[in-house]
Amino acid sequence: MNPHRRSPLILTATVLVYIFLYAPILGLMLYSFNASRINVTFEGFIPAFSENVVMDGSLVKSSPCGPFHWYCDLSKNDDVLEAAGNTLTIAFTATVIATIIGTMAAIALQRYDFKIKPFSQLSLYIPIVIPEIVMGIGILTLFSQFFGWFNGLLGLTGDARLSMGIVTVTVSHIAFMVPFVTLVVQARLQGFDKAYEEAAMDLGANEWTTFRRVTFPMILPGVLSGALLAFTLSLDDFVITFFTNGPGSTTLPIYVYGLLRRIITPQVNALSTVWILIVLLAVLLLQWLQSRDAKPQADLS
Amino acid sequence: MSEFAVELRDVVKTFKTPEGTHLNAVDHVDMQIQNGEFFSMLGSSGCGKTTSLRMIAGFEWPTEGEVFIEGKPMGHTPPFQRKVNTVFQNYALFQHMSVFQNLAFGLEMEGAKKDEIQKRVRRSLEMVQLLGMENRRPKQLSGGQQQRVALARALVKTPEVLLLDEPLGALDLKLRKEMQLELKALQQQLGITFIYVTHDQEEALTMSDRIAVMSKGRVMQMGSPVEIYERPRNRFVAEFIGESNFLEGQIKSLSGSEASVFVPALNAEVVGTPTSEGLVNGEQVFISIRPEKIHLTEHPLRQNTFSGQVVSTVYIGSNTHVVVQVGELRLKVWEQNRISRLEPSSFYTVGQKVDLMLMPENALVLKKD
Repeated sequence: MNPHRRSPLILTATVLVYIFLYAPILGLMLYSFNASRINVTFEGFIPAFSENVVMDGSLVKSSPCGPFHWYCDLSKNDDVLEAAGNTLTIAFTATVIATIIGTMAAIALQRYDFKIKPFSQLSLYIPIVIPEIVMGIGILTLFSQFFGWFNGLLGLTGDARLSMGIVTVTVSHIAFMVPFVTLVVQARLQGFDKAYEEAAMDLGANEWTTFRRVTFPMILPGVLSGALLAFTLSLDDFVITFFTNGPGSTTLPIYVYGLLRRIITPQVNALSTVWILIVLLAVLLLQWLQSRDAKPQADLS
Repeated sequence: MSEFAVELRDVVKTFKTPEGTHLNAVDHVDMQIQNGEFFSMLGSSGCGKTTSLRMIAGFEWPTEGEVFIEGKPMGHTPPFQRKVNTVFQNYALFQHMSVFQNLAFGLEMEGAKKDEIQKRVRRSLEMVQLLGMENRRPKQLSGGQQQRVALARALVKTPEVLLLDEPLGALDLKLRKEMQLELKALQQQLGITFIYVTHDQEEALTMSDRIAVMSKGRVMQMGSPVEIYERPRNRFVAEFIGESNFLEGQIKSLSGSEASVFVPALNAEVVGTPTSEGLVNGEQVFISIRPEKIHLTEHPLRQNTFSGQVVSTVYIGSNTHVVVQVGELRLKVWEQNRISRLEPSSFYTVGQKVDLMLMPENALVLKKD
């Protein structure tokens, strides 16, 4: 008997796990092509292209975009576009700032010995392990207390008052991203031989040039994977954003949550599908970076 | 130009151990390294040789004392302002750069022009026989080639002093032997000072003009390979370099270049040559004698000759290693196999009676420390 023969049990379990993980997502994607507006049952694909949208009750009979009707609908929805814009702006800004802070923190923790180092190291894990809702409430309290005090101090009224908005969301995203970036970069630095920096200095490079030409390029894969991780976390953050957003800073997760409370049209599915594809792309990029990092090409030609 | 390329004056380097105690990794070391010299620091790990080298390079600063390069005190001068270059133990080649970029890096730091960089990199690669490898990444090279790139990268800066931290440690034996000769030839051709750190005594003996044998942060002896091997000043050096037999005894009389030592284990006096300084009459000493310098003889002299019995013999090709019981001592004796023979009876056999002769110039009298 072949000892390597796969047990049918293992095969079944594998299939079940994959179905459990991916069937909902595939279903969600399928429903983004649903002809039914109500989106409870799948009524088939939207069949035809036409000049105008043709409706029959709650069924879409034909549309200028054909099966992609809900995607077109989505692209004309200004609220969605604004939310997408906000999400990307916040994610991008927060990622850049958090990556810079996180990388510097990782280098400091790796390189220097200081009194509060054990505390600093431990404090990195706190934002990761405490429930997000606790952090969200904490940040909300902090901001509202500060804004109340500040507005009162300067006697600001009306639109001049400081209030929740895109800035508060970005700042709180930076706050929860920094530990992730720091930990990822730290892992990369752990395997970094100080001899490379010594070699650079030995060859005449000062500290800054050494960092710019040698240290940073060598830890760059780690920095990039930290940044991508932070970026994807920011893209789909709901809880903290929920507590810190204000007028005009609605992000996609907040927007979708708002839609769900009314009626779920296939537009939500279309939006989710686009979104999944973007995040998937980011994850693939991350994977590729890490694998390229892990096994440097060893072809002895 | 200063008299010495590098000088260490009463240098101490103290490290704090994890237990909170202080440890002198380098303990009051004085060294004067001449221009154009191939100087080796030899010792086992933790003897302070690498720390000494790192203080010359500027990666560490002395706790006490001063390092001079070309006569100038270095103080806290950073590595990038010192006129020395280093070949690192694991090469530390920049993995994200090509061979050319690795070599060009140091020249760019000097602000050299593009065509000058081209020319000098080429010349350097030619010197280590790596022309044509410019565009390879370090990972695409063999260990020996990487070693050469590391060497070329340091030499392209035309330093007056080259520091080498066990540069051949990662190579296999055959390649290491080749590189030893190549390095020595290169040093002679360039005429620059090499300061070489190694734990391999044979390597140090092969290449060096002078060797500093180090232990526990101190220099045990400094001298030419011949001096170190033939006239060790203390038991540590005699034991660390090559092999030796040690006979414990007490000085009975001292006269110029000879000392007569009573060895209780032999119940006899042995005449030897004092090599430690400041020996006095009546002092407890060691006699050190190399296994190849003991004669098994059929024509015994009156002086320093003892009868013994063969305990074991090992044939190792060029030599036969014989252990002889003399009095209460077992002495290692290496006999060169000068004549080609097959029959076992022509070698020494276990139980055979032999006469051992210790020539006074081979029996070195060392201080007991």
